[in-house]
Amino acid sequence: MKLFLFRLFILSVIFNLFHLSSSGSTWIKGENYKVQDTTLFVSKFDSLNNRCFKCHGQERYEYINESLGKQVRGNMCSDRIIHKNDFYTSNHRSFSCTDCHSDEYAKFPHSGELRMEQKYNCIDCHGGDVKFAKYHFEEIEAEYQKSTHFKMEDQGFSCWKCHNPHTYKITVRNSTNLKTTIEYDNAICLNCHSDYSRFQLVSDKAEMNIIQKHDWLPKQASHFANVRCIECHTKINNDIPVSHLILPKDEAVRRCNECHSKNSILMASLYKFESKEQRRDGFFNGIILNASYVIGANRNEYLNMLSLIIFVIVIGIIAVHITFRIRNKHKK
Amino acid sequence: MYLYPKWIRLWHLVNAIMFIILIITGLSMQYTDKTNAAYVIGFAKAVKWHNFAAFILVLNYIFFVTGNLLTNNGKYYRIGEKHFFSNLVIQFKYYSSGMFKGEKHPFPVTEERKFNPLQKITYVLALYLALPLLIISGIGLLLPEITIKTFFGVSGLILTDILHISMGFLLSIFMIIHIYICTLGHKPTSLFRGIITGYHVSDEE
Repeated sequence: MKLFLFRLFILSVIFNLFHLSSSGSTWIKGENYKVQDTTLFVSKFDSLNNRCFKCHGQERYEYINESLGKQVRGNMCSDRIIHKNDFYTSNHRSFSCTDCHSDEYAKFPHSGELRMEQKYNCIDCHGGDVKFAKYHFEEIEAEYQKSTHFKMEDQGFSCWKCHNPHTYKITVRNSTNLKTTIEYDNAICLNCHSDYSRFQLVSDKAEMNIIQKHDWLPKQASHFANVRCIECHTKINNDIPVSHLILPKDEAVRRCNECHSKNSILMASLYKFESKEQRRDGFFNGIILNASYVIGANRNEYLNMLSLIIFVIVIGIIAVHITFRIRNKHKK
Repeated sequence: MYLYPKWIRLWHLVNAIMFIILIITGLSMQYTDKTNAAYVIGFAKAVKWHNFAAFILVLNYIFFVTGNLLTNNGKYYRIGEKHFFSNLVIQFKYYSSGMFKGEKHPFPVTEERKFNPLQKITYVLALYLALPLLIISGIGLLLPEITIKTFFGVSGLILTDILHISMGFLLSIFMIIHIYICTLGHKPTSLFRGIITGYHVSDEE
């Protein structure tokens, strides 16, 4: 027994020390997430869309200017570039460009008036449609209108700032790798919040450093890799798939217990879609264990019970021992 | 009989204080909830104090091990004498019945034998097995980035945490028993006095 315990101890020391020396840098660099492979999706509008992608699918375009009679090359405006692969892996991949944009774009050069084209918003297609009812777009719209982002609508903010209609793909609901989902979703926020040139387009606020702003948060890198910004920066709403009520910064979650507790808010946010299939191996919020580990939220009820029993037994034995000591003293 | 030199008493005092802080803060982290955020001291403070106390505890442990290597004190923790297991039974019988019948200590304290066999085995298990495991698993939780991600398909962090809380719990139980056993001296307070003054008063004196 003694030898067994000794071996166990030595093994655990070697195991941990080996790991200390061998794997120090992998976490900081982050895991090598694979960019989602281009699907084998073939659009029935492929040839039609290719006419647009020919110029809008890359940074540089060229065409033959018939009036000048020569080939012209130019740089495409960055917000007019849609990479073909991104589009064909996005939610809207089955559409033709002219489903949302005017048929007039089929002609080149495009008419100047087309610049005035009214662009659609999410709710224009998704609202009031029974097919999309289960996604509660109307409630999402109402939440968005209460959010701090909505205040900037006059300055050009819209759904598209976060959900680019040409590239956005649903992640958390059908995620097979939560870490990739978290990275993808956080990149949406960081797209503006860590790039002042983009942030300035919709806000007059001074530049801020996200890392410094989160100085108070222990294990910052770990938190950023394992939860989404919206976990703390939105108000949870159980009626819609993903909360869209972005809170002003002063109202963001700062209490550790909100997540690090038995009734962790993560179960109503990040793990919402998986929480219905709770793992039943004795852990509270066991589903979190599939992707992460949260002190305070992941407790094992069997171990809790066992420790309580041992504690009660020990106190009981001491109480009995004290009783015998007192009786013995009286006898003397 | 002068049994506990100053450095041992200092180590013991620091160890005791840090252990109490670690138990309170550890329980706070494990069991705080949204509804009772004020439970003991709350999560954020608990994390800070737990890390601080653990750091001191580790330094103190290094001090203890070094002291045992450099002085004679290490000999009290050496296991392997003859009849070790039967001696354990004898000591256990004394605690469970002999002492009530007025029997004498089977292994009275001397300068050569500071601990009885039962004391010795629990101290060795606590200080040379449970505490190192607690410290190593604690480092694994303090620096999750260096902790192995998965071990036979189970998250390394969960295993590290279970090891940490199990060792923490067992050492807390050890502490309760340790404190109770310390009331079994010549008088209930004698042994407590001993670890403060350094002098042991035995029944025979």
